[in-house]
Amino acid sequence: MTEKKLLLGDEALALGALHAGLSGVYAYPGTPSTEITEYIQQAPLARERGVRSRWCTNEKTAMEAALGMSYAGKRALVCMKHVGMNVCADAFVNAGVTGVKGGLVVVAADDPSMHSSQNEQDSRFYGKFALVPILEPSNQQECYEMMAEAFRLSEEVRLPVLMRMVTRLAHSRAAVTVGEPLPQNGLEPDGERTRWVLLPGNAKRQYAALVASQPDLLARAEASPRNSLALGKGLGVIACGIAYNYVREVMPEGISLLKISQYPLPERLVRELAAASSELLVVEDGQPFVEEQVKAILGAGYPVTGRLTGRLPRTGELNPDNVAAAFGRPAPAVHAPAHNLAPRPPQLCQGCGHRDVYAALNQVLADFPTARVFGDIGCYTLGALPPYRAIDTCVDMGASITMAKGAADAGVHPAVAVIGDSTFTHSGMTSLLDAVNDGAAITVILSDNLTTAMTGGQDSAGTHKFEAICLALGVEREHLHVVVPLPKNMEEITRIIREELAYKGVSVIIPQRECMQTLARRNRQMRATQ
Amino acid sequence: MKTDIKLAGVGGQGILSIATVIGEAATAAGLNLKQAEVHGMSQRGGDVQSDLRLSTEPIFSDQIPLGGADLILSMEPMEALRYLPYLAADGAVVTSSKPFVNIPNYPEENALLAELDALPKVTRMDIDAVAKGLQAPRSANMVLLGMAARHLGILSPADLRTAIRTVFARKGEQVVADNLKAFDAGYEGLQ
Repeated sequence: MTEKKLLLGDEALALGALHAGLSGVYAYPGTPSTEITEYIQQAPLARERGVRSRWCTNEKTAMEAALGMSYAGKRALVCMKHVGMNVCADAFVNAGVTGVKGGLVVVAADDPSMHSSQNEQDSRFYGKFALVPILEPSNQQECYEMMAEAFRLSEEVRLPVLMRMVTRLAHSRAAVTVGEPLPQNGLEPDGERTRWVLLPGNAKRQYAALVASQPDLLARAEASPRNSLALGKGLGVIACGIAYNYVREVMPEGISLLKISQYPLPERLVRELAAASSELLVVEDGQPFVEEQVKAILGAGYPVTGRLTGRLPRTGELNPDNVAAAFGRPAPAVHAPAHNLAPRPPQLCQGCGHRDVYAALNQVLADFPTARVFGDIGCYTLGALPPYRAIDTCVDMGASITMAKGAADAGVHPAVAVIGDSTFTHSGMTSLLDAVNDGAAITVILSDNLTTAMTGGQDSAGTHKFEAICLALGVEREHLHVVVPLPKNMEEITRIIREELAYKGVSVIIPQRECMQTLARRNRQMRATQ
Repeated sequence: MKTDIKLAGVGGQGILSIATVIGEAATAAGLNLKQAEVHGMSQRGGDVQSDLRLSTEPIFSDQIPLGGADLILSMEPMEALRYLPYLAADGAVVTSSKPFVNIPNYPEENALLAELDALPKVTRMDIDAVAKGLQAPRSANMVLLGMAARHLGILSPADLRTAIRTVFARKGEQVVADNLKAFDAGYEGLQ
């Protein structure tokens, strides 16, 4: 029996995984990947089948737990935004060397144009780096269908499979025809220690086997119905994943088109396309991953254009307009941009505790012109914008504490770190341990709103444990403070910040008050049940 | 036949509920649909937009091209203007006329409304005031949808009313009734 459902790309992936017999999803929230795990957490089928779906502390713990479930013979899914791949890279790359037992699918949701991110790295490079198959769906129906294919492929080749998404597909809705769920795998732990114990002797053998499996992976990609070649005349176009849609929207009649949704790059199809065409245009969202490989396959004599040659923009996401321009037929706007227009950047919510934290910090630091404030990833990054303009850096998860420490080592004083609760447990705890062990003169503000707010209020791994964690990491009791960030407590908060700035060691101040959004949601739910 | 709609507003104003209702109506009518949203950071008081494409034919791109939108549907007048380059030559703008001012450099209101009114097809109304007048202050977005119903050739007002019932059913009869009342006020306000 089939039925049609209106699903986001993320939701189609989630349902596809559930219907493929998923036993566990492991993830840390991150735009644009969050809705995959949220869908599974809400799905009746997941509850019925006992699918494990709680949020993990970070992407590395997620990847490792999923590998453990795969080791035990069951199908596991890992989801993250693209930069999460950097966090879990150690586990991901080595999972290619051990291989898997139960199907293991890793979804990396890239964010070309950086709608909610600090870079636009292309996760396909990670797949190639780890020598594992990559799937790249072009639409919501493929998101659903290719999930089952990914699990089957993973079990057949005994490797993790990387599923690459982009924001526009993750967050776009369309009708999806869905089928019947497959049964889950039974418990069947792997017994092959020589695969799983990566001592150099085993690792050398495993790595050689991984390299030797590449021709098989290539043959599978070349035979995959997800990669399709339609031959015409003149220009030949290679369209990867979502780029296929933009090309289909605007392409001229009669040209040749190679759609790519499974890697390794199907070399044979690329050569066939090139032979039938006078020149090639590579259309891919993200970085010029395929364009570089096509140049290498065809040699310098064959004209290949794309993002590297400027035929498409080198940065930012694709859209029907820049793809139309690459075909030499831009669709010009008929209305000029309006005059009465001002940017409307996102801002901290009214009543948000982070506002009180920055108000207090700015008040104190007005007296310390040499102070530097090292920020981190979360809603509170918005403290960089007016009216607060309160942070000097924001780089990656957890960097606030460690960068403050390094700057303090170099002589910066006061050096202040501002980090949120979920970011702290994700990647800040080890930073704090380094700072404590070095006796670094830093003041850490651990702004705790009891949730992972930026991505919509998911559970935060350390809620109600932060004092215990800081003490256990060696922060001294007299330099650990919990305050309630409200305007009425401003005098107390500014006094504590001032005292701790004077202390030449590690201090942690925890402003603690629930996120306004999760509070409002909870109140609505309470009213609804009354 | 196709209708491409650029939905606009400020985070929290409820543009995604409008998209959900149109999406439900389109699905029930057997139309193809794609709806691209931007989630995440921009939810918090920043500008938000969603591309909603309806067609009797298959739809490829999730994004509407420049000059391609048949309709800009906006919960806020300046946000309607933000997407003008996407409006088709004969496209319509349906918007709330009430500025939502949460930035220090918001344009002068009269100049803003004059620029809107100079466009060929514009319908604007203070939807918050209408919704308040109906004792349904949270249904302003459905007033806007009612205003837009005349420009959604591909869906009938009856399709949209049915979709409102379906989408809000789980929130109870009162919410359904408020939203239908708001929709009708927006629709009839133009006669």
